[in-house]
Amino acid sequence: MLTATGVVAGYGEHTVLRSVDLTVTPGRITGLQGPSGSGKSTLARVVALLHPRTAGTVTVDGRSVTGSGYLAPAELRRRIGMVFQSPRAATDPRWTLRQVIAEPLGAARRSATRQRVAELAEQFQLTDDLLDRYPHQVSDGQLQRACLARAVALRPAYLVCDEATAMLDPSTTATIAQLVRGLADAGTGVLAVSHDRALLTAWADHVLDLHDLHADARTSWES
Amino acid sequence: MTAAGAVPGAPPVLSIRGLSVQLGLLDGRWVHAVSDLDMDLPAGTVTLLAGESGCGKSVLASALIGLLPPTARVRGQVGLDGPDPLDLLAADDDVLATRVRGRRVGLVPQSAGTALTPTRTVGALLSEAVTTLGGAVPAADLLREVWLDPDGVADLYPHQLSGGMAHRVLLALALAGQPDVLLCDEPTAGLDPENAAHVAGLLAAQARTGRAVLLISHDIAACAPVADRVAVMVSSRVVEVGPATDVLDRPWHDYPQALWNSLPERGFRPVPGDPPPLTDLPDDCAWHRRAGGACSGVLTLEPVAPDHWVSCGRGPVGVGC
Repeated sequence: MLTATGVVAGYGEHTVLRSVDLTVTPGRITGLQGPSGSGKSTLARVVALLHPRTAGTVTVDGRSVTGSGYLAPAELRRRIGMVFQSPRAATDPRWTLRQVIAEPLGAARRSATRQRVAELAEQFQLTDDLLDRYPHQVSDGQLQRACLARAVALRPAYLVCDEATAMLDPSTTATIAQLVRGLADAGTGVLAVSHDRALLTAWADHVLDLHDLHADARTSWES
Repeated sequence: MTAAGAVPGAPPVLSIRGLSVQLGLLDGRWVHAVSDLDMDLPAGTVTLLAGESGCGKSVLASALIGLLPPTARVRGQVGLDGPDPLDLLAADDDVLATRVRGRRVGLVPQSAGTALTPTRTVGALLSEAVTTLGGAVPAADLLREVWLDPDGVADLYPHQLSGGMAHRVLLALALAGQPDVLLCDEPTAGLDPENAAHVAGLLAAQARTGRAVLLISHDIAACAPVADRVAVMVSSRVVEVGPATDVLDRPWHDYPQALWNSLPERGFRPVPGDPPPLTDLPDDCAWHRRAGGACSGVLTLEPVAPDHWVSCGRGPVGVGC
């Protein structure tokens, strides 16, 4: 399991998360909902080990993680993949989709990169023609599929999707949701973050409201 | 016979006839972004134009007000009604710049993050627009019209606005010249449902003042409640246009049905097949080639009811003419 316990995090003086608990279970899609500006993305980045916390712990399959970003152990960071809202902002415009997908494999010094990229291309419906194109030559949906392939290239146990469909049309959203559902069915624990409750109700196995995950909200709710 | 896509009764402020837009690429190919499009925008109504990304929706808006790149080829007529009727496609750029854009046809652009000058305050941007366009409504009243408090917002810079506020400021800017037509390109993109409903409500309020509103969006959940009419576009063609409730709940054409079925609350099933690239559209129906299914090959809109038009022979037998 991927868990966050008593997480406090924010930006300088500005605290966004005040003691938040969250669990992501393998094989399930956990929906995280809340209005704009409520701290959903901050929590997503904390559990993906990309954002520092000022208090609290994050554990990956029972191992407590110290630090975040490059200070967190690489083998734990690689247990968690992440997909962001804007595929355009998340890809290098000078790289073909093939290079985008292969990047984590190269960074982790994996062998048989070509074979893994071919597997991923098939899984995420990216044809050879698409793999040789640059980001500006493909649609947002095609680029987001490549970002999804990149996020799971190293077979992470967990996947965090932060508004991964917010910029996409309904059909492309449904496609991405189906692909992520396939990953969950194969055992990946997914955290799907969105402000769209209708989307999460259809997509996730259960939906949590960020407000209810704060310790102070839990106390008032329990009392 | 009335022309395809026409609305009986209400006089159209903007009537689009046989509009085709092709964009030239450096390698000599052409992007067929809009093909033989007929549509009316009547006064006092919100027309929702829905369709997948890349079907040509945004190019349509740019074509109407002469904002296409110089490589574009445009054919057809776009009649703008009013005391000084005009064919927008025949008008030269000087006329469009000095008499049409912002004054008679306002555009709410897609990207709120990049459409506002980052070094000017909201109040300065609005006052400048009012002065330039000779608008009669002062900046503070424009802010009130989009439900923003001038005292709190006029002194803010664009980066200090939330997404919802930025979209509302863009709408206020589009209203500065008091245009008869509002073209809105994805005005709810990136907003949470509450803010999206808020912006959609503002557009409906603008239609009630008599403006013709074209709402280009794939945020069906937010936009459907305020739409009076719905047009659905696939692979550069409008395949169905009619009253919102009919097109949303009982479409004749199978493409709108497939598009609605992809919504989370209506089945969440992707539209079958991939859209063909607009550089490579077949001469016959791109949609039925992609998805299969019967198609009469008649790609122009045929009437199935007084204000309801369908292509591909998908209407009831004997009703089409």
